[in-house]
Amino acid sequence: MGRIRKAWAVLDTVLDPEVPALSVRDLGIVRDVIEPADGGELEIVLTPTYSGCPATEVIEQGVLEAIALAGLGPARVRLQRAPAWTSDWISEEGRRKLRDYGIAPPGGTAPDAAVPLRFVDRREAPPACPRCSSSDTERLSAFGSTACKALYRCRACREPFEHFKPI
Amino acid sequence: MQPSIRVDPDPAVQYVLRIGDTCLILGQRLGEWCGHAPVLEEDIAMANMALDLVGQARALLTHAGQMSGQGYDEDQLAFLRDERDYRNLTLVELPRGDFAFTVVRNAMVAGFLRHLWAALQSSNDAELAAIAGKAIKEARYHQQHAADWIVRLGDGTDESRRRTEAALAAAWLYMPEFFDSDAVDDAAADMGLGPRWADLRAAWLADMTAILDEAGLAMPAEAAFRSTGKRGVHSEHMGYVLTEMQYLQRAYPGGVW
Repeated sequence: MGRIRKAWAVLDTVLDPEVPALSVRDLGIVRDVIEPADGGELEIVLTPTYSGCPATEVIEQGVLEAIALAGLGPARVRLQRAPAWTSDWISEEGRRKLRDYGIAPPGGTAPDAAVPLRFVDRREAPPACPRCSSSDTERLSAFGSTACKALYRCRACREPFEHFKPI
Repeated sequence: MQPSIRVDPDPAVQYVLRIGDTCLILGQRLGEWCGHAPVLEEDIAMANMALDLVGQARALLTHAGQMSGQGYDEDQLAFLRDERDYRNLTLVELPRGDFAFTVVRNAMVAGFLRHLWAALQSSNDAELAAIAGKAIKEARYHQQHAADWIVRLGDGTDESRRRTEAALAAAWLYMPEFFDSDAVDDAAADMGLGPRWADLRAAWLADMTAILDEAGLAMPAEAAFRSTGKRGVHSEHMGYVLTEMQYLQRAYPGGVW
């Protein structure tokens, strides 16, 4: 197996420190892995999720450590801001893992739609409860324990849960 | 003590610093709510928005440092400038006030930044356009959150309405500064870096009108007073913000985690 394919496989094992159910590949933040012609430093291109996400630097370190441990180094990480990360890049596998972990995965985004200025964004259907699958859920707060999540409550099973925000 | 740095007066650098400093200082003010907000959800919301703003400020200050060619990084720019070298809108440096003032200010600034980010997505500065492409998604959430609260408070109890009206009257004094264009705007527009801020006024006012109508609040009249933070002449509150922000880097130069 080539160095690039091995590197992609290693990236499947590097978890997001804030949502450890997902690997950085499930999250859709790995844009590219580039090997220079001379076989030198492997370049891993990442796109950060949120401007202020405190996990970005931890993820960079985690990626470099995993690549080094697998004997695929030397490597470096390059951050690429454009195009901006969107939750649409979370893989199907990632969405399944989020649900199993108790976090409702994001719906699709409509980036150019008009912005409703008040109350819950009615462009999206409310997320289904990750525990009982009921769609009778309500938002408690647009902001949660990390930048990428909102707080919800299921009116059917009465359990609170987190929703990975569509962005 | 660590001496101050002085930033190049180049208008393109100043234009980016105006945005970066506005994000930085509002982030600092919102961070003050951590542990003090009226309910836990709002405490978390304020800290989240502060984090987004500080993240945006980091990217913008890093970029301003590279544009100036003076070799300053984000930390030097955040912590080692003197008060007159900060270019933020005066509104963001005012004390956090009560919760009504915080949400009114957030609605005004988030709405402004959202329209600014939208225009900056077509900046001919690729890095600035990339920062805008990310930040606009965050600003949407900030504006929606603040607008939601203005409606609840304005259309709420007598007390919440009284406080929101007072907050609006106090914050609105600082609104004209957002849209007073000057030579920095002209230079930025001419070089394709970004819009004249005066050009964002109509869209911003339309948003504020929709929010205030829904809340049953009257839009205050525009005052003759002009604040001047984005030109470096600040209110008396700025020194206190900087004292707290800069203490560690001034007393322990280059200190890191």
